[in-house]
Amino acid sequence: MAEDLPILLLKIGGAVLGLLTIVAYTVLLERRVAAWIQDRVGPNRVGPLGLMQPLADFIKLVTKEDILPAYANRVYYILAPALVMIPSLLVIAVIPWGSYLGGVKGVIADIDTGVLFVFAITSLAVYGIVLAGWSSNSKYPFLGGIRSSAQMISYEVCLGLSVVSIIMQTGTLNLSQIVEYQAEHTWLMVCQPLAFFIFVVSAFAETNRLPFDFPEAEQELAGGYNIEYSSMKFALFFMGEYANMTIASALAATLFLGGWSLPFEPFNAPATALWVGIAHIGIFLAKVVAFLFFFIWVRWTLPRFRYDQLMRIGWNVMLPLALVNVFVTGAILLWRG
Amino acid sequence: MMLQRPRLSLWEKSYLPQILKGLWLTLKHIPRRKVTVQYPEQRPTLHGPHYRGAPTLVKDPEGRVKCVSCQLCEFVCPPKAIRITPGHRQPAGADANVEKEPRGFDIDMLRCIYCGLCQEVCPEEAIFLKRHFAITGYSREELVFGKEKLLELGGVHQDQIWKWKNK
Repeated sequence: MAEDLPILLLKIGGAVLGLLTIVAYTVLLERRVAAWIQDRVGPNRVGPLGLMQPLADFIKLVTKEDILPAYANRVYYILAPALVMIPSLLVIAVIPWGSYLGGVKGVIADIDTGVLFVFAITSLAVYGIVLAGWSSNSKYPFLGGIRSSAQMISYEVCLGLSVVSIIMQTGTLNLSQIVEYQAEHTWLMVCQPLAFFIFVVSAFAETNRLPFDFPEAEQELAGGYNIEYSSMKFALFFMGEYANMTIASALAATLFLGGWSLPFEPFNAPATALWVGIAHIGIFLAKVVAFLFFFIWVRWTLPRFRYDQLMRIGWNVMLPLALVNVFVTGAILLWRG
Repeated sequence: MMLQRPRLSLWEKSYLPQILKGLWLTLKHIPRRKVTVQYPEQRPTLHGPHYRGAPTLVKDPEGRVKCVSCQLCEFVCPPKAIRITPGHRQPAGADANVEKEPRGFDIDMLRCIYCGLCQEVCPEEAIFLKRHFAITGYSREELVFGKEKLLELGGVHQDQIWKWKNK
């Protein structure tokens, strides 16, 4: 490792704290935006503009009774919430949240297999939900677990294939280099609109958000995989969902929206000055927040698809489209030499 | 009757046009004026002057207690929420003919069913169901409202029944 240990630890601490802060405030944003869309005000009592609401929620969840069902499989029951949360915490290690800040690279682990690492780790998140559904030993969580396994595995394929065309175009698996490619040329959202579309739809399915929130499906499964959970274990599922959303947003911003870059001087190149470095972090966060808002906005707009529709969209529409996209990208790359 | 299903084009079958329309609709609602009433600070306007809230004792425009403790309301009250202790007045001056007034007047708000019979039966128009709808307390004793509390809630009633006059 080229970097000093203190700097590395500082970056890790900053990234984890940043992620958890974003998660806490995304929950608040979700509730506020939901209220606005329904012509309501939303939580505005705790602190100015309701900004201390996450703290109040935290205290409430921590002080609740932690129930362990008698017929649950203890080991997996306790393991499952952690398995939902951990992958998203791991993934921030490779996401470039800035270019350079006073000579320090704005990413914790600048590895050459970043994209592969992300997909390897995020696909682990499904185990948390499946294990939660199975170990609860109760029918609705079980149904939720089954649904999530089918859904997430189906859409994982489309998600992966949509990114293949990105890799083909940029010729690298390193996320920082993908961002630098976009800073130099143009945002990949412009060159790869179809890939972007497939990525976004699959991201909704992967993060269990409406219109694809089948593992939870409150109206059908009364809450799905997390019914038997209470207190901080439930909170971990809840935070895990929002952490996954944040990671999906960060990935979308990195892969398609040019990460920390803006398409004009001096933001379209890795920063040399300190203020540009800080601005790059701000730009990246702004993109992530905008994407999170989009997630929430869609949730409060669309109803849930039917399960057969979900599968049909996944296998009959998204997968062929993704394959065609890969093929066309390859053909164009060959033609241009 | 047979309904012909509309034939959808490929673009319509992709769900996208309706999704975009829905997104635009919800986006338009975000900056709209909110309908929320911030409850403890703002009170909702209730339905006109005849709303049947908590029963209260009122005073006439000259600020005198109207009740003469005839105990009709106590008698008519279906859940027996009212208890009146009658008392004599020491009459003097223009209102010397009024002989009685309540010494104690308790309404148990936990028993009251807001039927309004007390208001209807009162010959002096001294008891009114006003707009108070959030009657809360920490104990049962606290929710038995005494005479002072009832008069405070009732306030002065602006009407034409001036029983002290011409008597």
